[in-house]
Amino acid sequence: MLYIFCPHCGLRSQNEFAYGGDGSVKRPTLNKEVSDKEWDNFVYNRKSPRGKHVELWHHISGCRQWIKVQRDTVTHEIFKTVSADKEI
Amino acid sequence: MQKYSVFSLFKNALKGHKDWEVAWKDPNPKEEYDVIIIGGGGHGLATAYYLAKEHNITNIAIVEKGWIGGGNVGRNTTILRSNYMHDENGLFYEKGMELWRNMSQELNFNVMFSPRGIINLAHSDAQMNAYARRGNSMKLNGIDAELLGREEIKKLVPILDFSENVRFPIFGGLMQPSGGTARHDAVAWGYARQADSMGVDIIQHCEVTGFDVVNGKIKGIQTSRGNIKAKKVGLCVAGSTSVLAEMLNMTLPLETHLLQACVSEPIKPILDHVVTFGAGHFYCSQSDKGEMVMGGDLDGYNSYAQRGNLPTLQHVLTEGIAMLPFLSKLKMLRTWGGIMDMSMDGSPIIDKTHIEGLYLNCGWCYGGFKATPVSGWTFAHTIAQDRVHDLNAGFNLNRFNTGHLIDEKGLGTKTWIS
Repeated sequence: MLYIFCPHCGLRSQNEFAYGGDGSVKRPTLNKEVSDKEWDNFVYNRKSPRGKHVELWHHISGCRQWIKVQRDTVTHEIFKTVSADKEI
Repeated sequence: MQKYSVFSLFKNALKGHKDWEVAWKDPNPKEEYDVIIIGGGGHGLATAYYLAKEHNITNIAIVEKGWIGGGNVGRNTTILRSNYMHDENGLFYEKGMELWRNMSQELNFNVMFSPRGIINLAHSDAQMNAYARRGNSMKLNGIDAELLGREEIKKLVPILDFSENVRFPIFGGLMQPSGGTARHDAVAWGYARQADSMGVDIIQHCEVTGFDVVNGKIKGIQTSRGNIKAKKVGLCVAGSTSVLAEMLNMTLPLETHLLQACVSEPIKPILDHVVTFGAGHFYCSQSDKGEMVMGGDLDGYNSYAQRGNLPTLQHVLTEGIAMLPFLSKLKMLRTWGGIMDMSMDGSPIIDKTHIEGLYLNCGWCYGGFKATPVSGWTFAHTIAQDRVHDLNAGFNLNRFNTGHLIDEKGLGTKTWIS
């Protein structure tokens, strides 16, 4: 069982959260020419690191806020959590 | 190579079983090979076997970090099927079924192929319509499919919960009678033994640490047991693909996720088919030892852990008990996890890469076991001929750029919900 520290609610079990995928992916800037390669990288290509991974989680059965979590994908250790609009 | 038969068994029995040949050797890496396959799982072993058998390339090394058959080929739920709707998938996996049917004879190794039939249950009229459509698509591709009503399912699998007052009553289902199971370890061992006998070096406990690429062309690999030169290199490393891709400065449309499976204590024969729950994600079959073999959803977040978490197991088994209420009375014997190379459209990638002489075989999601022979067969063709076969032409890496996705489930890019 993962225990995730929600920056708004405190430490909660993973059952309250929904996963939102790689949190380091940036959408290409609006109103600018976007190349196919940039779209590919945004939509499909992922680094999927073995080790530290920044990811989004949705506290769907809690405060319903999106948060950013830095977690190790091998040990599942969670290093840091912040609200989704902040950088880790 | 010593042929396995009742006569060789008898002969060796008389000699006290002291003279059996080793099934495969344990060589040190040579300086150079024509082809190096990275990954000694089912797909890697099958690729080497078909390279030797179909394309007469025998100067091959299989380089494996752990031991052969220690990864997903020994961790899956052994299900074989080709019940896909899309042409690319249907034709590919049906070629696989053809190879499964002859595998024990071809490899001279009993893989305990058991075409017991796979049944996907439907729990609504809409789902029956969707299954009718899928079944018709399968038939158009020459794959056997039967749409079954509630009463027909009841005759085949009476142990299912046929109560009418349940949340997801059984309306019927889609059956592929030729689907089934095979013994997964035997598949790895059978391919290894034959590949070894044709001159393939199976090098275990040898971890790849880097690649030698010069002017866009592969020259060799770096390993924990020294550098090995090669004209061609094929990647067959499933859940570790992204790790090796990083060494090559490639970012792939993949994410590595964890899938769990479990078996109950053994019981007397009760389930003759492979059955899947249609209102969630749960599948079950009974092994020859009598254990109920079960699996379902991914753990749901990127993971290389090879061990799972309890909330997913609880969720999956809740569905299991809804389908087969007697499961609640069984003790759990074992649970385990493996890491899956989840692709962004749920379909595999078997293709050349932008690096000359480097070939990619990945994206199996959690359907890799049934693909073992056909994955090896098409990947061997792709490596030997330096071009894709018609059967894997759709599984190209470029489809994510051109938009020709093969999204069988229509789930999009959220790999963790598939």
